[in-house]
Amino acid sequence: MSTETRKLDRVVIRFAGDSGDGMQLTGDRFTSEAAAFGNDLATQPNFPAEIRAPQGTLPGVSSFQLHFADYDILTPGDRPDVLVAMNPAALKANVVDLPDGGILIVNTDEFTKRNLTKVGYDANPLEDDSLDKFQVHKVAMATLTIGALEETGLGKKDAERAKNMFALGLLSWMYHRPTEGTERFLREKFAKKPDIAEANVLAFRAGWNYGETTEAFAVTYEVAPAKLNVGTYRQITGNTATAYGIVAAAQRSKLPVVLGTYPITPASDILHELSKHKNFGITTVQAEDEIAGIGIALGASYGGALGVTSTSGPGIALKSETIGLAVMTELPLLVIDVQRGGPSTGLPTKTEQADLLQAMFGRNGESPVPIVAPQSPSDCFDAVLDAARIALQYRTPVLFLSDGAIANGSEPWLIPDVDALPDLSVEFATDPETFQPYSRDPETLARPWAVPGTPGLQHRIGGLEKQDVTGNISYDPENHDRMVRLRQAKIDGIEVPDVEVDDPSGEAKVLVVGWGSSYGPIGAAARRVRKLGLPVAHAHLRHLNPFPKNLGEVLGRYEKVVVPEMNLGQLALLLRAKYLVDAVSYTKVQGLPFKAEELQDVLADVIKGVSA
Amino acid sequence: MTAIDLGIPGLTGVPTTDEKQTARDYKSDQEVRWCPGCGDYIVLNTVQSFLPSLGLKRENIVFVSGIGCSSRFPYYMNTYGMHSIHGRAPAIATGLAVARPDLSVWVVTGDGDALSIGGNHLIHTLRRNVNLKILLFNNRIYGLTKGQYSPTSEEGKVTKSTPLGSLDHPFNPVSLALGAEASFVGRALDSDKAGLTSVLRQAAEHRGSALVEIYQNCPIFNDGAFDVLKDADEASRRIINVVDGEPIRFGREGEYCVVRDGFGLAVAKSADVDASDVVIHDASDLNLSFALSRLSTQDLSHTVTGVFRRADRPTYDDSARAQVNEAKAAKAADLSKLLHGKDTWTVVG
Repeated sequence: MSTETRKLDRVVIRFAGDSGDGMQLTGDRFTSEAAAFGNDLATQPNFPAEIRAPQGTLPGVSSFQLHFADYDILTPGDRPDVLVAMNPAALKANVVDLPDGGILIVNTDEFTKRNLTKVGYDANPLEDDSLDKFQVHKVAMATLTIGALEETGLGKKDAERAKNMFALGLLSWMYHRPTEGTERFLREKFAKKPDIAEANVLAFRAGWNYGETTEAFAVTYEVAPAKLNVGTYRQITGNTATAYGIVAAAQRSKLPVVLGTYPITPASDILHELSKHKNFGITTVQAEDEIAGIGIALGASYGGALGVTSTSGPGIALKSETIGLAVMTELPLLVIDVQRGGPSTGLPTKTEQADLLQAMFGRNGESPVPIVAPQSPSDCFDAVLDAARIALQYRTPVLFLSDGAIANGSEPWLIPDVDALPDLSVEFATDPETFQPYSRDPETLARPWAVPGTPGLQHRIGGLEKQDVTGNISYDPENHDRMVRLRQAKIDGIEVPDVEVDDPSGEAKVLVVGWGSSYGPIGAAARRVRKLGLPVAHAHLRHLNPFPKNLGEVLGRYEKVVVPEMNLGQLALLLRAKYLVDAVSYTKVQGLPFKAEELQDVLADVIKGVSA
Repeated sequence: MTAIDLGIPGLTGVPTTDEKQTARDYKSDQEVRWCPGCGDYIVLNTVQSFLPSLGLKRENIVFVSGIGCSSRFPYYMNTYGMHSIHGRAPAIATGLAVARPDLSVWVVTGDGDALSIGGNHLIHTLRRNVNLKILLFNNRIYGLTKGQYSPTSEEGKVTKSTPLGSLDHPFNPVSLALGAEASFVGRALDSDKAGLTSVLRQAAEHRGSALVEIYQNCPIFNDGAFDVLKDADEASRRIINVVDGEPIRFGREGEYCVVRDGFGLAVAKSADVDASDVVIHDASDLNLSFALSRLSTQDLSHTVTGVFRRADRPTYDDSARAQVNEAKAAKAADLSKLLHGKDTWTVVG
């Protein structure tokens, strides 16, 4: 029997196993192979909050979904075309997402009575007809891996651990992926343990050879490289892009960066990454708590550095008072919030975009703060640079709202020309003759940044209300009213680009408005409904405060405005309040990104309603 | 920024001036608004009188405070200053000290600010040994909120919030700081200008965190809290002023002394002990410093003043800067290279 090769335009693969099975690494390697091959891609890891949940249980299932295609794609995919299940728990947790006819590759070695019972299977699903609607491939991955490594002298347990590389090898064969990168990666990763490196390479090759020689697989697949814009690409996650954006902000502002932070999921990787780049003048301080983290950042900003703090929603709650102090003292400060499911501890490893109103209003008093939200992993780089621009130019704390989906998801990134990045240089106040701590730039309304050490500019700032211009303490009623309005006017006047509307036909009567990480699913859904002949316009907001100046006019152009959000309608609330628009709010808070499919249905219904 | 080495570790990197300075130069144009008779006035005057002797450029001195009566202090100093939020001054000052080696950074705080709401930041700042001078004004009461008990109030104290007496066991701030392995800990009385100046000077000269507890009278809500230490006769029996390297004796004629007692220390009459048994203060000895702090009792029957501990260990801010400088020296800041990483691919037209 010869193997047939079919051409596909896109494939979604999900690797699922126990959290100790190395699924994230497996997915990551397949991603690198796809990237090296030139596909467009998007990924979405999904892992438990527990570091090691009990082995073989449903809470311990970890998965990695990868979407790769021969055209530009926007999401990690709604459902897998291929599910690799390393144990019964992984099968049970993920098989519901596999469409009929989907490919299911199962590691049979883990389907023991004990493991089946652990997750509530009364009968072995591999032995009854419950999986008949799928193309099931039963592979004894552990046994085959151990067999392949027999001659290495490695113990059974160690050998068995390489079974994820067996799976990767098999999938790499099925999809005609290049293999050199993975072999090189394994040798580098385990450079200090050459026997483990060799074992993993052998397991990887065994998986490949299994596909090629057993004839169990009748079909292999090809996904051609995508036609992307010309340039040099790399794969990048949102948290890495955020960290790189901060490094770029340091370079382009010629300021040192001080990151004051406290570890929290899913933001910690920003600290990990930045702590590696001290050569760019970046100091990272792991503080005693969230409050100290932002205090350190603000103190550094007061001293003339770019102060940055990174956290997730619970940390923002703790930092609120210091954000208020930064509003009052009008100092630059970058506050990174990688949102996760809430309230309280919530769902630490799952995504949500429910901190918008916290960012907008979560402080005492009238305390306006600009808000910038990236729309994809690679967009974090540009968006955080823009957040730094606003902080530095307007002397204000800026909230940057990333989320778990963006932070851990990855995609190809067209690496920018660093010389073309925006100039963020700032001028400190130096002239004692004209200096007033709370005088304002007539255009930006920013106050002077007068750093300690500047002769003749000694002055005092703080959280008490300031007298306009002099900055002295003032309890004067008129002055307070004026200062409240000035602080608001400064934020309202921040220059942000107009929002762009994507409406290829120009005939849309329905506008879908989103913000943050829902860009991918909304964009993909819009493409789908357009293919059905239903025109729809898509506008995606990077700037949530202030809104782009043309937003009111854009909203007014359409008969219906739909606002999908991973919260209970926070942006919709703001749009309704500010623009009196009867926005249709579509919401879901399952800790997972939207599926393009569900948004397609939502949009189609609204569009049909308008047309009728 | 110029930095002239004074040869004083605590002030290394902070530029100096030859211009003659007086206390007046350190007074801001703001009206001082503490209650009449408040101990804060004396501390302010002492600090303003003392600073000129350091010969630093005024613009390179920064006072950072939290919230409370004492935290108004920066407004009255003609230096840079920030009146921040409750309890957080050590964190903000840490960020400033890390970013700027050319500044002499002072934190002004109170017993509520430093030990209650800001307790966490205080102990962590001390353990990290950030180059900050922390003046803790201890009046054993909440003044700004009008008279509730504080974490240094005596057990059983009747206040507005404790009409039946406080149930809280108080902190001994010096013991707490030593427990956090502070590299410098001192104590002085607001009314003792010479003693306070001496401790302040040693604090300024010390490289690393310096905690100075200042007993300070609140004439409105806790008047006379330290009166027994201000009466010359009482003070002579109660105050044990320690000086590094010297035997610890006190009393008008040195009639009392400190001797070893088990794992700790005790007070004895000098006449009753052999001179060789009198403990010689060693500020580098953490255990001795801690034992000394335990001689201070809540009812002030004994109060140790002076410098309990002064020990050299690396400061956090110096070390953080060293890491950055070493990284800069080892690796060029090539942004393009960083962004490219290890794995790239190129799409050609």
